[in-house]
Amino acid sequence: MKLIDVLQFASGSLRGSRTRTLLMILAMSIGVASVVILTGLGEGARRYVVNQFSSLGTNLVIVLPGRTETAGIGPGMLLGQIPRELSLDDAQALLRSRAVGRIAPLTIGSSQISQGALNREVVVLGSTSELLEVRHMSLGQGQFLPVGDLHSSESVCVLGAKVKTELFGQQQAIGGWVRLGDRRFRVVGVMASQGESMGFNTDEIVIVPVASAHMLFNTSGLFRVLVEAKSRDAIEQAKHDAEEILLRRHNGERDVTVITQDAVVATFDRILTALTLAVGGIASISLAVAGILIMNVMLIAVSQRVKEIGLLKALGAPAAEIRNLFFAEAILLSGIGSVVGLILGEAGVWVIGKIYPSLPVVAPWWAVLAAIATSLGTGIMFSVWPARRAARLDPVMALARS
Amino acid sequence: MISLSQISRSFTVGDQQVAALRGIDLNIAAGDYVSIMGPSGSGKSTLLNLIGLLDRPSSGTYKLDGGNVTALNDAQQAKVRSEKIGFVFQSFHLVPRLTAAMNIELPLILAGIPPAERKARVVQLLENYGLTDRADHRPDQLSGGQRQRVAIARATSMHPAVLLADEPTGNLDQTTGKEVMNLLEQLVAQKVTLILVTHDPVIGGRATRQLYMVDGEIIGENKSAASP
Repeated sequence: MKLIDVLQFASGSLRGSRTRTLLMILAMSIGVASVVILTGLGEGARRYVVNQFSSLGTNLVIVLPGRTETAGIGPGMLLGQIPRELSLDDAQALLRSRAVGRIAPLTIGSSQISQGALNREVVVLGSTSELLEVRHMSLGQGQFLPVGDLHSSESVCVLGAKVKTELFGQQQAIGGWVRLGDRRFRVVGVMASQGESMGFNTDEIVIVPVASAHMLFNTSGLFRVLVEAKSRDAIEQAKHDAEEILLRRHNGERDVTVITQDAVVATFDRILTALTLAVGGIASISLAVAGILIMNVMLIAVSQRVKEIGLLKALGAPAAEIRNLFFAEAILLSGIGSVVGLILGEAGVWVIGKIYPSLPVVAPWWAVLAAIATSLGTGIMFSVWPARRAARLDPVMALARS
Repeated sequence: MISLSQISRSFTVGDQQVAALRGIDLNIAAGDYVSIMGPSGSGKSTLLNLIGLLDRPSSGTYKLDGGNVTALNDAQQAKVRSEKIGFVFQSFHLVPRLTAAMNIELPLILAGIPPAERKARVVQLLENYGLTDRADHRPDQLSGGQRQRVAIARATSMHPAVLLADEPTGNLDQTTGKEVMNLLEQLVAQKVTLILVTHDPVIGGRATRQLYMVDGEIIGENKSAASP
């Protein structure tokens, strides 16, 4: 018997019991679709987080003042000192490392901003001209902070897109003056609208030179120093150098935390991949259930078609061929089920993508392959028993059955 | 052509051994027209199933065309069935979801014959048995006589040397029964060996060789010169 005839015969007998066939395909396709959709969601969440971290910059090493874990009691603690703050000179010193390309010190605070009669509360970010590149921000119009001495406190500022519209409306903002706290600043640039990233809305901030921010808030410590390593391979070196440099500058006290962007991304990546695998695994239980359903239906089919099987034997079909016919039916069922399930799943993923555009929902290729393989595998595995049962039927008894 | 020697077949019913056939010796030549008659339970159907390789004897040897077929495995026996033996059953045994043409085609599909040749043979068979206008009807749309004609067409589609018929007229009325017998006898004229099991002496009497069975043994034989 030729393969094409086997498939034709099998599809003929599937068409013979339409309702049952449709229900089976439905069960199989729900299984496949749920694997596709759930892993798609998991993968989407993973990509979302990774993207968000990547948008912060590339090859970043972040230096934070203070330390979450301490090594015993240092002399400073006995004297009642608080952990040393991270100064501008500390930040500048980081540039001594050959692994470090650029740095962007950050100071953060909030202040009243006013222009004419309009005023509101804004987050003020103190930084340097390097911030634009290091943090992957984009400028809308004008210029960013002036290049120059870290310590010079020029009275210029760059407005976030929303702050600009609120204060200046459609008017030209560049060259205009705004008041921040008790100082007047000249507007030199406006940021492009970027929306929120990592819970930080760049549209609603005002950026000023770091020294000006220090004067404004009457501090000298930095909130963070963003350090950009020269290359991906230099990240570890940059991290190590930063720790060493600050250790020396802080009299041998490890009172800063240095983290790499990669380490954070990798952690999230691992957690979310595990999560995706877990939901995928749960979804594939439904595939196993569909497989058992297929077995059930095939067993019923065997007992309903005893006479037909006897006849096929009388007409010269060997046991192996009868087994193949039932296998073919199971494979067709799970094959069609997988295809329908894939279509349903991808449609579901597409719909979710439309509803939550910021979530990059895509079923990973390995999950799609695994779903199809599982569905075909269960289909075949669970039809072994019914097919063998059919093949072993005694033709005389089978034909005598009324 | 068919040579049975000391063929026995016993079944286990509960904890008892029941002998259905006891030491049958039988030779049938090619082109013979044989009827096997006897009361029910005499073992005539069991004998037919053994000749058709649907069943294996408990002991004894069965030679078909000189080859010992009792020694063959299931797959080999299936091949012999496919190539040399045709069956006609009392209850037709047509596959209900397939059309008349597809039912006739079934043995050809199983034998792996190419589609073009299959089609040609089916068309020829449909015409031979006057079923051309019934080709696309399913069994439940056919009369009893038509169904048995489809079954005979199916049985002969592989040009078997032996045709085995188990009460072929059992489910038919007198007239259609006669028609069916005529069709089968035409095949004998074409040198097909026909072995017929029946309990109807009128039908069985038409055969050139008539065997009588009781309790698993052949107790008598009648030969008539020619078929009516």
